[in-house]
Amino acid sequence: MKNLVVINYGMGNLFSVFKAIRHLNIPVKISDKKKDIQNAAGLILPGVGAFKDAMNEIHKRKLFNIIKNEVEKGKPLLGICLGFQLLFTKSYEFGICSGFDFIKGNVVRFRKERKVPHMGWNSVKIINLRNRILKGIKNDTYFYFVHSYYVVPLEKKVVLTTTKYGRTEFVSAVEKLNIFGVQFHPEKSGENALLIYKNFYEISINNNKG
Amino acid sequence: MLIKRIIPCLDVNKGRVVKGINFLNLKDAGDPVEAALKYNKAGADEIVFLDITASYEKRKTIVDVVKKTAESVFIPLTVGGGIKSIKDMELLLFNGADKVSINTAAVKNPFLIKEGAKRFGSQCIVLAVDAKKKDKNKWEVFIYGGRENTHIDVIEWIKKAEDLGAGEILLTSMDADGTKEGYDIELTFRVSKSVKVPVIASGGAGNPEHMYKVLKYGCADAVLAASIFHYKEYSIKKVKEYLKNKKIPVRL
Repeated sequence: MKNLVVINYGMGNLFSVFKAIRHLNIPVKISDKKKDIQNAAGLILPGVGAFKDAMNEIHKRKLFNIIKNEVEKGKPLLGICLGFQLLFTKSYEFGICSGFDFIKGNVVRFRKERKVPHMGWNSVKIINLRNRILKGIKNDTYFYFVHSYYVVPLEKKVVLTTTKYGRTEFVSAVEKLNIFGVQFHPEKSGENALLIYKNFYEISINNNKG
Repeated sequence: MLIKRIIPCLDVNKGRVVKGINFLNLKDAGDPVEAALKYNKAGADEIVFLDITASYEKRKTIVDVVKKTAESVFIPLTVGGGIKSIKDMELLLFNGADKVSINTAAVKNPFLIKEGAKRFGSQCIVLAVDAKKKDKNKWEVFIYGGRENTHIDVIEWIKKAEDLGAGEILLTSMDADGTKEGYDIELTFRVSKSVKVPVIASGGAGNPEHMYKVLKYGCADAVLAASIFHYKEYSIKKVKEYLKNKKIPVRL
């Protein structure tokens, strides 16, 4: 009951997320098995790639309801990059596609910027200081981003940070009860950013005690 | 605000870092894993490994280098050199590389860009281009480490590669490479204005002012350099401080 599970749905960067967490000596497993997901202290939904492909894979592997049930029962979930976008209601990437709908809101494409994807290091402005997942992270810290779409939450109180790219200021981190998400890659943003995984592990462990 | 990236490049031959001038006279410059760790600590925004190992049997050494580096370096890692297939890409990406750069193989088989982007996402596929000036405002694409002229126009090629799904362009000026006399600003500017994906300028860095010029006037999104960092002529921090003073956004 004490390990984290990085959910394997055949997409992207799960190895780098796994390596980063293991580097912190936190027990972690990569898995798509029901049992592992049910037994995990906390779940991490990684991902790079397209929204629709990701949701298709999640349904194909019958992970949708397994994840949904666990999260609704209160298990902490952390979405990274595409995994963060999947937490929302729907995306407009290659047609409309439904996500987990844990947080009300849409995923839309950068329109005003000349260079897309938004790729590289950018800073976050911390809007909500009373959060658990960014404990120890200072305002204006730089993180590594790679994405062409961004989230627009309908519930403004979930917003933890925003980031400016050209003329667009978008939401780069959210927290809602046991659900957390970051648009950037903490596993690619230097040693200090790994604190986010450490915070998530502590949240998960304490959640289990309670 | 999105910052401009400073990227040290490590040319790796049979598991050792090397550096030459105009692709010739290779000198030993140390262990690649140690060098990557050092650059990570020094504030590099990304690291590029370019495998120049000629013999096929010894090529798996780069996989070990990537694997070891990815255990303790938590910034983006790009690997290039000799990648010919989806299988080659997969081997590197599954062992810790975040991006792969392809050059000769992409020219020989442009479909490889499309296949790679479809399989791993565009953000993983970096198109490396070795460009040599032909006439005013005209550059040609060279392959096989600069040994063969394809007579393909650089601008046409990068536009095509972008359409096929390349997520980033690593642009090396063969005329400037190793000279330490500055990047080819005109070339970088033309390329940067022709595509929507980020452009990394490479070849010719001799001092921080060269970096400033190509970021400011060449409109590059990132700069790559090798020898000025290897031989400790300038630290990454010094370069970034210089750029910050000149109002270029950097991560310090």
